[in-house]
Amino acid sequence: MTTDPDPGPGQAGPTPGGTSGFTPLIEMRGVNKHFGDLHVLQDIELTVGRGEVVVVIGPSGSGKSTLCRAINRLEPIEAGTILIDGEPLPAEGKGLARLRAEVGMVFQSFNLFAHKTVLQNVSLAQIKVRGRPKAEADAKSRTLLDRVGLASQADKYPAQLSGGQQQRVAIARALAMDPKALLFDEPTSALDPEMINEVLDVMRRLAHEGMTMVVVTHEMGFARASANRVVFMADGRIVEDRAPEDFFSAPESERARDFLSKILKH
Amino acid sequence: MKTLTDNWSTYWDGFLGTLLLFAVSAVMSLVLGVLIASFRVSPVKPLRVFGTAWVTLLRNTPLTLLFFIVVLGLPRFNITLPFYTFAVLALGCYTSAFVCEAMRSGVNTVPVGQGEAARSLGMTFGQTMGLVVLPQAYRSVVAPIGSVMIALAKNSAIAGSFSVTELLGTYRTINELGYSIIWTFVWIAVGYLIITLAISAVFNLLERRLAVSR
Repeated sequence: MTTDPDPGPGQAGPTPGGTSGFTPLIEMRGVNKHFGDLHVLQDIELTVGRGEVVVVIGPSGSGKSTLCRAINRLEPIEAGTILIDGEPLPAEGKGLARLRAEVGMVFQSFNLFAHKTVLQNVSLAQIKVRGRPKAEADAKSRTLLDRVGLASQADKYPAQLSGGQQQRVAIARALAMDPKALLFDEPTSALDPEMINEVLDVMRRLAHEGMTMVVVTHEMGFARASANRVVFMADGRIVEDRAPEDFFSAPESERARDFLSKILKH
Repeated sequence: MKTLTDNWSTYWDGFLGTLLLFAVSAVMSLVLGVLIASFRVSPVKPLRVFGTAWVTLLRNTPLTLLFFIVVLGLPRFNITLPFYTFAVLALGCYTSAFVCEAMRSGVNTVPVGQGEAARSLGMTFGQTMGLVVLPQAYRSVVAPIGSVMIALAKNSAIAGSFSVTELLGTYRTINELGYSIIWTFVWIAVGYLIITLAISAVFNLLERRLAVSR
């Protein structure tokens, strides 16, 4: 069933025959988790290299969101280890908070702080977690808001923005911490169709600039164009882990063929 | 009216006594209540257990009993404080249990995603609560906390039976002087109304203030 990723070009081997040296940034080793009787993560082995963009796809309930949330321990795991930049993820407390600051996260439902303005949303953690002076943090926030095309919205409250705008603010907020990696948990699933592209544009640019990204998404176009690897999950297992062209043109497993036939038809 | 004018200074002392008792206990119960509410939603199990025990014990026993325990019990352990301090302790602790539960219900109205976003940015539990969750919870708890504060103002009358100068207790002095019992109580009731209606007004104002920035 589980096809171990045979290290193709740019794959999860320690020394792939590429031009860029492969250094693992996120490593999951033998990760297991249950939700009650449901074995939602089964023996997950996943390595994400520095600068790599890994897209996680799969049918709903396959555990892909849980996998993404486990990386910064929003979901605690029962067995296995997760390493961020070689450091094991601590259980709770200050150590975990410190490591979380290095891994940005973008949520399906944006989760902007409803009682703060857009600018405050982006600056808050810079000031309180990174200890930056307010003026410096605000300046950085404005630069980032400009990068996502929202400089003019800085003083509005999240509820005054469209979904697409909120999600771009959320990306700016994550970037403001200068994270080593970004996790995207279905970042476009709650958006109206015409707003999906403005978010994907920002993500494509980040991928292009070399940001390490783990993206749970149903956007196959993004996976084809920007991903280094596609991880296909079903029933809590990683079924395939391959380059996007290989995966989309010739999926190895029955599950993946079935899944792709359902979503690529229309 | 004669009942009031003749005994103005007695009433006034009682009124101030109740006001002071209310103010100090209110501050204490609000601080304690928010703290215990944070305990009850914290990821640390011993804190959660402590918070739950605190609320269960204080919310489910009569306030008068608590007064007896504090006033008669604590001196047994060589803790002797002025009656006034005992009264504040009893009222503050008792009310904190109700403040805690109101706060907790407010915390539960804040979507979990807010806390998750804060934590994913590297905020500690304290920062997540203090900077993100509680400020949003306050909005939905203004009205229930207002009710708790009004109850506190009225509960402070019990302190009168424990040698603390407060409004209700003034009836004994005034009654001994032979004034009409009915009018004695009418003026006491007016005193309480002044305090409780003022509390209502403050909380109405707060509610409107906090609502606009949404």
